[in-house]
Amino acid sequence: MVPNEIFDNYLPVALLTIIGFVFVGISLFMSRMVRPSNKTDEKLSTYECAEAPIGDARIHFNIQYYMVVLVFLIFDVVILFLYPWAVRFKDIGALGFFEMLIFIEVMIIGLAYAWRKEALEWLQ
Amino acid sequence: METDELLINMGPVHPSTHGVLRFKLRMDGEMITDCEIVMGYLHRGTEKLGEMKTYLQVLPYTDRLDYISAFPNNYAYVKAIEELAAIEVPLRAEYIRVLVMELNRIVNHLVSIGSLLMDIGAATMIMWGFREREKALHLFEMLCGARMTFNYIKPGGVREDLPEGFMPKLNEFLKEMEMRINDYEQLINSNEIFKMRMKGIGVITAKDAINHGLTGPALRGSGVNHDIRKLEPYSIYHDLDFKACSRPEGDSYARYMVRIDEMRESLHILRQVADTMPEATVVSSSKYGVAPMTGVPSTVSTYFPRIFTPPAGEVYSRIEAPKGELGFYIKSDGTTKPYRVKIRSPSFCNLTALSWMVKGLKIPDLIATFGTMDVVLGDVDR
Amino acid sequence: MLYSGMWTGDTMTNAYELIINILTAIGVYDTIFGVFKSYGMEFVLKLIIVLVTLAVLFGFVLVTVMFLTWMERKVAAMVQSRYGPMVTGPRGLLQPVMDGIKLIGKEDIVPAKADRFVFNLAPYLAFVPAILVFVPLPFGESLIISDLRVGLLYIIAISALSPISILLAGWASNNKYTLLAAMRAVAQDISYTLPLALTAIAVVMLTGSLSTVDIVNAQSGTWFGIIPKWFIFLQPLAFILFLIASIAEMGRIPFDFQESESELIAGFFTEYSGMKFAMYFLAEYAHLFAVSGILVTIFLGGWNGPVLPGIPVVITSLVYFILKTYAVVFFAMWLRDTVPRIRIDQLLNIGWKIMIPLALLNLIVTGFLITAGVMR
Repeated sequence: MVPNEIFDNYLPVALLTIIGFVFVGISLFMSRMVRPSNKTDEKLSTYECAEAPIGDARIHFNIQYYMVVLVFLIFDVVILFLYPWAVRFKDIGALGFFEMLIFIEVMIIGLAYAWRKEALEWLQ
Repeated sequence: METDELLINMGPVHPSTHGVLRFKLRMDGEMITDCEIVMGYLHRGTEKLGEMKTYLQVLPYTDRLDYISAFPNNYAYVKAIEELAAIEVPLRAEYIRVLVMELNRIVNHLVSIGSLLMDIGAATMIMWGFREREKALHLFEMLCGARMTFNYIKPGGVREDLPEGFMPKLNEFLKEMEMRINDYEQLINSNEIFKMRMKGIGVITAKDAINHGLTGPALRGSGVNHDIRKLEPYSIYHDLDFKACSRPEGDSYARYMVRIDEMRESLHILRQVADTMPEATVVSSSKYGVAPMTGVPSTVSTYFPRIFTPPAGEVYSRIEAPKGELGFYIKSDGTTKPYRVKIRSPSFCNLTALSWMVKGLKIPDLIATFGTMDVVLGDVDR
Repeated sequence: MLYSGMWTGDTMTNAYELIINILTAIGVYDTIFGVFKSYGMEFVLKLIIVLVTLAVLFGFVLVTVMFLTWMERKVAAMVQSRYGPMVTGPRGLLQPVMDGIKLIGKEDIVPAKADRFVFNLAPYLAFVPAILVFVPLPFGESLIISDLRVGLLYIIAISALSPISILLAGWASNNKYTLLAAMRAVAQDISYTLPLALTAIAVVMLTGSLSTVDIVNAQSGTWFGIIPKWFIFLQPLAFILFLIASIAEMGRIPFDFQESESELIAGFFTEYSGMKFAMYFLAEYAHLFAVSGILVTIFLGGWNGPVLPGIPVVITSLVYFILKTYAVVFFAMWLRDTVPRIRIDQLLNIGWKIMIPLALLNLIVTGFLITAGVMR
């Protein structure tokens, strides 16, 4: 009865997602019922420390974390592969461990390479 | 890759600009490529007011310059007048002046360090600092009834003698403060994150510091042992045993450490002052001073005339305020009002160097460096 | 019985079965079930019971969040030698309620330049993952909403959703501060997800299961009768790394880049006000409690503790779990009041150059020790 089990297990997740959205919706709706609404141009302007904003925020500016994000993407996928291995770790014994060691080794080399190439450094 | 510059307004309404200061930052990502400091949001025209008011009426305005430490402001102005008119000051009054100024230096550094730590994210220090500051403010309140704007130091002396029970409370405070400074050092100095944030940040060499006209702890943090209390001893400082604290590194950490050291030195000075306080009148006996009525205790003293005409002439007098060199230039034309009052305020001089210091740093570093410069906007804009 | 996964079995495995057992014990379950079955609506009954468990969880989380905001202030006040809130209720205990009432009555401002849809969507996406993390969290023996087979992975995956809402909020506000804060927060979150996932792997290797219940069960018992078999003793390095990474994950000082209020006003929710701001607030503290609970589950033995005779294990285990979790929460609050905020590039350096290599090392050493039979 595996499909049923999955259904049983994830039913609360699905319901809780709905409850969460509904809760936020109701809170915002309740707030709308009682709160004042007195909008002025000044109030709706973007906050920039009480001065008129200079230019737009959505410009082509230097995101210095770009490389970090790229490296993260690779590593996150790699780490995901480690999970099934870790779950079955005690069953597969020494061979499985050394096989995976090679995999982790590759990962370490990748990290070392990224480090060496200064992908992890603060980008200018 | 070609990217646009991000222009950011920091201030005037920003949590860590200590008032209404505005930085116009030109950013490349998180890197500050240019920083323009816009001042004047707190301009009240103190210098111009000085020309409209009589000499004694200007005095309360000096309280409002650097409102964290008003005693040195009072004193710097009064010292200029005393030099202008050659007023003799009784010894006890000088002792009391030094006492309150050094207390105020501790208060100032507590606020400075507290807000520095607050700016870099540790909220505890400012609460601790204000806890001790509160005790010092109680002492001030005993002395003159005010907690921040004292108007206490007057030409020719001080307004009133020390009240009863002041000395025991002072000694209590000194004893506690000694312990508290150790507490602060334990909280802050042993913190690796604090060191990471402060060491090597906002470095200014001795030469640059002099060229940019830094003063006070900011200058001494760069290894220039420039302390006016030592170089041109005024009041009773030549009789006191203390050293000017300086650190060679020139980074934010050094500037912070100078303040901690100075608090210790101030405690040392205060202990000496408390021990050797002479028993005498606080009233000047010079021709401008009016001797107290006989039979009236010296605590009630109206010794300085409201209308006061110093001889024509000009004077520049400077003192070592907690934030650095505080100078008053006063030109007298022989009337009851100053012809010109020019204030050389330490915060202003220190602030102007900041835009040069923070180039190539990040916003968090700007805040840390700004915190160690210890700027009060009332002092900057005047 | 229709749905075997939950209906049968001698031992209870989750809150759903706990409710059924209680209903059976007082002798009403069969009647209710019969009524529903006569209409062919067993599924509705199941839905109702699940909803009841979720409602209890939801209520618990809301009350906890309120309590945590009060506790945060009180802990800060204790550290800083002041009182904290004292006026509303006994020792200011009702302060969070007042805050909530105040926030409901606050005007909701959407900046004119903002992307309205995304701006309004972001609070939903912040709140929902924060509450979803609680699903596989074992509050006590059988006090778990659903014992997912991939519980740990689920938790890490759901936690990884929070940067999305941060980025959406930061971008939609069309404010430079929010944008910078969002970028920082995302860089931080993803950099610290890796050590979090890597250290969790070491624990999975020991238990051979991703289920949180299995992980807790693997930590029952003691060595030599005194030392509890918690994974903190088997995996001290992993514990420290996980602790640091989870504090970064919660976004608290010294890693509070999503807020960094002295630099970027209020971080990514600078432009939010009223109830939308409250949603971020709720999510933040719910997340704080959830992550502390996960830390307790993985390393501090979960709900394990000495069994007291005469008291149902459901209750004692709940108490143990809550106590341990509050200890971790207290630690996080204590830390917040003690250390300054780290700088973003230093944070990334620590994450990538210290935490990840150490986590990998920990993984390899653990593998060796298990293979050699030293560690079990």
